[in-house]
Amino acid sequence: MMKRFWQPGKVATLIVLTVVPCAWTLDGVVNIHDPSTVIQSDGKYYVYGTGGGSLVSDDGWTWRQGARPARVGLAPDVIHIGDRYYMYVARNTGVTKGAVNMIWSKALDPASPNYKWEEGGVVASSDGVEESNAIDPGVFLDPNTGRLWLVYGSYFGFIRQVELDPKTGLRLHENEKPRDLAINCEASDMIYHDGWYYLLATHGSCCRGADSGYNIRVGRSRKVTGPFLDNMGIDMIQGGGKLLLGSESRLIGPGHFGLIDLGEGLQKFSLHYEADLERGGASVLDIRPLLWKDGWPVAGDNMKAGTFEIESARVGNALEMAVEGTPVGGRIVRQRPVGPPPAGGAPRPATGETPGPPPGGMFAGVGHVIEPQLATQVSSNWPSGNVDVRLSNFMSQAQQKWTISPAKGAGGYLGSPYFTIMIAGTERVLAATANDELTVVPAFTGVPEQLWRFDQLADGTWRIMPKSAQDAKNGMALTAVGSGGVTLAKFDASSDKQHWQVHLQ
Amino acid sequence: MNPFQRHSVTPAILLAGFLAINTTHLAAQAPAAAPTGPIPASTLTTPSTPTAVPNPAGFIQRWMVLEPIPVNGLTQNAVQAEVRKYALPEGLTVVPKNGDKTNVGGADLTWHALDTKNYNLNLFHFARSLAKPTSDVLFWVTTVVNSPVEMNNVRLAIGSNAASIWWLNGEEVIGIYGDRQTVIDDGVSKRLTLKKGENIIRAAVVNGGGATDFCARLLDADDKPVEGYTINLRK
Repeated sequence: MMKRFWQPGKVATLIVLTVVPCAWTLDGVVNIHDPSTVIQSDGKYYVYGTGGGSLVSDDGWTWRQGARPARVGLAPDVIHIGDRYYMYVARNTGVTKGAVNMIWSKALDPASPNYKWEEGGVVASSDGVEESNAIDPGVFLDPNTGRLWLVYGSYFGFIRQVELDPKTGLRLHENEKPRDLAINCEASDMIYHDGWYYLLATHGSCCRGADSGYNIRVGRSRKVTGPFLDNMGIDMIQGGGKLLLGSESRLIGPGHFGLIDLGEGLQKFSLHYEADLERGGASVLDIRPLLWKDGWPVAGDNMKAGTFEIESARVGNALEMAVEGTPVGGRIVRQRPVGPPPAGGAPRPATGETPGPPPGGMFAGVGHVIEPQLATQVSSNWPSGNVDVRLSNFMSQAQQKWTISPAKGAGGYLGSPYFTIMIAGTERVLAATANDELTVVPAFTGVPEQLWRFDQLADGTWRIMPKSAQDAKNGMALTAVGSGGVTLAKFDASSDKQHWQVHLQ
Repeated sequence: MNPFQRHSVTPAILLAGFLAINTTHLAAQAPAAAPTGPIPASTLTTPSTPTAVPNPAGFIQRWMVLEPIPVNGLTQNAVQAEVRKYALPEGLTVVPKNGDKTNVGGADLTWHALDTKNYNLNLFHFARSLAKPTSDVLFWVTTVVNSPVEMNNVRLAIGSNAASIWWLNGEEVIGIYGDRQTVIDDGVSKRLTLKKGENIIRAAVVNGGGATDFCARLLDADDKPVEGYTINLRK
């Protein structure tokens, strides 16, 4: 069983900060361990970690070192209730002797006149003998009842739950025994979704770089107090837990889930990886979409660079630049039944079209691999100026394939940089117009109308918004109108018109 | 000024005289009568009221339709070229009357005022009822939307079998191409403004082979059918 204890020397080593100009996860200074739930305050994003680590970001994409909080300890969590930000942060004073302290402030920006951390005292503890280690707090405000709950614990014994007072952040019912919820895990937190309470916790070993087995697990219950069962019916108090996210590719050991609910059907979660191999195995912050499938949370992905079909979930048609398409592999005319020509009809076949079926029959193909169609092969007659966009049946043609690339130096949003959306093999980019329509302009000039935000929605599809209309509350998102129209309209998460799938080409 | 040749013909006369007209004016293009026609158009009638309103789903059911013009090709470039080649000499904003004739591509063709019983207007039925060709043809259609007030953020939404190009008050607003079936709202314009009074919708629908029809409606900013306007064809 893995144990983790407060060792100032080791933590100091973990908080070595480096600047990574552009990387797999977030940008800027992102080194942190055991992050609190990322929280927004006065237009900035904040996160706090073990050992006084703190990061701040103006846009959620590029991060920098933040202010050291008034109380330093293990794996803090932060929640905003009323006019206060409550931080819960733990400290071990023995092997499993620990305590969770609360501090609060009315602001998180040290430059604010309201920034002042007040001590709130201990809200949970373990005596070093009992079957729990009171560190790794996670705080949860029940949206149904307004009751405030704290879960805590780290491997030794149980993950436990106590109730807090949402008016003060302090412990309620101090004489009641904490409730045992789970074993063999740490970094617990709770969320609510569609009639279910979910307990999230991190299994596996931490603090071993790329040898860390950290992975995020989840169970659910109809009651806030559990029991929390996984998808196979195993209680988390017996070690159950459905996998939400394990190591992937070059990101090892995800842990410390924290929900970021952006409203409008858009949820993300903050976490750290024990080791980002692109950053030398450092522990780093990340923010990823949170999806839902069959009543279970699923880790989504931030948009990655590549060439894609962009398909409307409304009708299945694909976004294309409105030029004449050239059939991949050449045009083949479907032969009509033999018979007398219709009165007044023009002679067939049409000029320039294949006069008849190829050898072997019209269904025999061309006898060799048909290579992907390149824009350079078919674009000689494309207009040189702005071109409209529309939706059309996808047929792998050049005007239907979009290269999505991070825009360097253009900033970003929570979890991602802004992207350009470019006809593959050209410099033509998708742009919003002043009257909330769309066009393809000949080249990227860097204006916000040509920068795009991709947010993965709960069903795995994408919301696509121009930077020029990024305010999620009032923002305009890429919208299918009918089968063939595409425009910008106010985002409505419940409408398939604004859900898009991307298919890698 | 009426730029059209006015022919005072009733539907009965039209039906009785279609063969003569066909022989007289389209002889060079149609040496043989269609073997399948004429068959009455069960879905179409001649308008009997001065104005019409869109159906509950917003579809416009009253149109002026010109007899078909032989063309070839359904691709974007081909259709655009055909529309230029067989442009209406009167332009895009002059509204014909029932029975008016116009000369396109060297042939005198007649405009027919039609009400459709369905959400769509079946051009195959129309052409077959006149024993005109239904394949490899272009149909010019037009209607007049009379709006009591100026309406902003309106979209024209259409479907057609097969390709079609659409204009509102002379401005091209939609083009859909290729061999396709009529799907409701298959082509949708950008946001438009309906001016107070008459607004001229015109389209060129190009068919390859087989069935051919179209549908059209106006949608508001919430993609709901626009209400409160009438359809007025010229008397």
